[in-house]
Amino acid sequence: MPRSALTGTRIRERRTMIGMRQADLARLAGISPSYLNLIEHNRRRIGGKLLVELARNLGVEASALTEGAGAALIETLREAAAGHGEAEADLPRLEEFAGRFPGWAGLIAERHRRVRELERTVEMLTDRMTHDPFLSASLHEVISAVTAIRSTAAILADTEDIDPDWQRRFHRNLSDDSRRLAEGAQALVAYLDEGTEDPGVQSSPQEEVEAFLRARDWHMPELERSLPPDPARIVAEARELTSGPARELALAHLKRYRRDAELMPLQRFSEAARGAALDPGALAQAFGVDPGAAFRRLAALPEDRAGGSVGLVACDGSGTLTFRKPVEGFSLPRFGAACPLWPLYQALSRPMAPVRAVVELGGATPQRFLTYAICQPVLAAGFDGPQVLEAAMLILPEGTVALPRMAAQPVGTSCRICPRRGCVARREPSILADGF
Amino acid sequence: MDKRVLLIEDEPNIIEAIRFILARDGWRVDTHADGTTAFDRVAETRPDIVILDVMLPGRSGFDILRDIRADAGLGGLPVLMLTAKGQVKDRDLAERMGASRFMAKPFSNTEVLASVRELTGA
Repeated sequence: MPRSALTGTRIRERRTMIGMRQADLARLAGISPSYLNLIEHNRRRIGGKLLVELARNLGVEASALTEGAGAALIETLREAAAGHGEAEADLPRLEEFAGRFPGWAGLIAERHRRVRELERTVEMLTDRMTHDPFLSASLHEVISAVTAIRSTAAILADTEDIDPDWQRRFHRNLSDDSRRLAEGAQALVAYLDEGTEDPGVQSSPQEEVEAFLRARDWHMPELERSLPPDPARIVAEARELTSGPARELALAHLKRYRRDAELMPLQRFSEAARGAALDPGALAQAFGVDPGAAFRRLAALPEDRAGGSVGLVACDGSGTLTFRKPVEGFSLPRFGAACPLWPLYQALSRPMAPVRAVVELGGATPQRFLTYAICQPVLAAGFDGPQVLEAAMLILPEGTVALPRMAAQPVGTSCRICPRRGCVARREPSILADGF
Repeated sequence: MDKRVLLIEDEPNIIEAIRFILARDGWRVDTHADGTTAFDRVAETRPDIVILDVMLPGRSGFDILRDIRADAGLGGLPVLMLTAKGQVKDRDLAERMGASRFMAKPFSNTEVLASVRELTGA
């Protein structure tokens, strides 16, 4: 199924840019001008030989006409249409719509993103109200103090012949409990105040850390030096890290980064990495580290040293993604669960067994990636447990390494936006399947 | 002979207040603050009624109630549950598990006294 993602618009842009008339391009490509006109307005789908022919006459690669920023917009609009009966019925005309009304399409996509963000905020606030241990402990404290005060005060008010010793005792209790109540109430107010100012409500701590790392291309030159600055200082100075939890996560990441850098010095590691064609198994052997550390180090290499982009995704024992460094063409879901067919999850089900696989992501032009995955126990609580597992998957695009000759496993990003109709691992219907 | 109440609660000032009210009404009041050993104390003292807080250190009041109801000798003992969460959920759970009565904090003294009298037929 071809997915032109505004291919027509691109053809028209390219043609006008090089000053070619529509009729001339149509003649060169062997089609009628009116048919080309329909194509350029995204009213007709285009693919195969005709696309190649048009691209040749426009002096560009066919892929330049089919890929690009438009794809992301289309994807977001598809998501926005999910579950909306009438919009879903109109899915076949989505590209035409986005092409003819780019402003409206942009608005819908933007609103959809905003709604998703707000839904997430509401979810977080609800979680906070119901599960927050501090809130529940504070409320318990306040209610206990109020109970004691009410009961004691009633005794003092209602007992006429109260013994002076008892009276003194109850007065002292009242005084103690009212102080406790005041403190508890103040703590609650401070906590709720902090909540309204907490920018972490806007996005999750993990997203803040990702923004922080993305801005630095996931590489920290200052932590590669022999006398690095204190990671806590880097965190304190980072503008992207606004919430307390995000700073905590970032600090843990940077400390681990520094340990990895000490065990695998940049110069020696990047040379070895290129020599081993980025094979994390060979590198783990060579540097005497566990494979997970080699994964992280490879993902922290600058692109010019790695010979291309390197993606990394990690999850905990529940399958929740805990680290995301995406690569072009292999998008990682922001919320919710990913594709159960990822080698990451195969590794999770077999701790310590290494997994190497070539995967193919569905889409207009299926892309292939070499992946390495492994699941290791963290031993955070020692051998007596509870056992904490961490799985990671290294993602190497075809441009970064040569793919080994092995059958490619079909995978997706997340079921909702995956076009693989007959997938046995499907968890919910795709919103794409009926769109074509 | 005096009727006996066992008060299982960990807030000292609440203990003091309840003890005072009930003692003035002629009850002998024993108290116990630790959740883990509370059931043993019930079995040992065999009171006429237990006032049981839900949030206790070591063990929840619900667990203690379950043990009391499962015990052949103590099964019919009246139990008045106290909780800081007057939630419907907790109330339902307490009723299902066989609490004789459920009272949300902050309670009034007269309410406690009336409940204790009523549940023991005093």
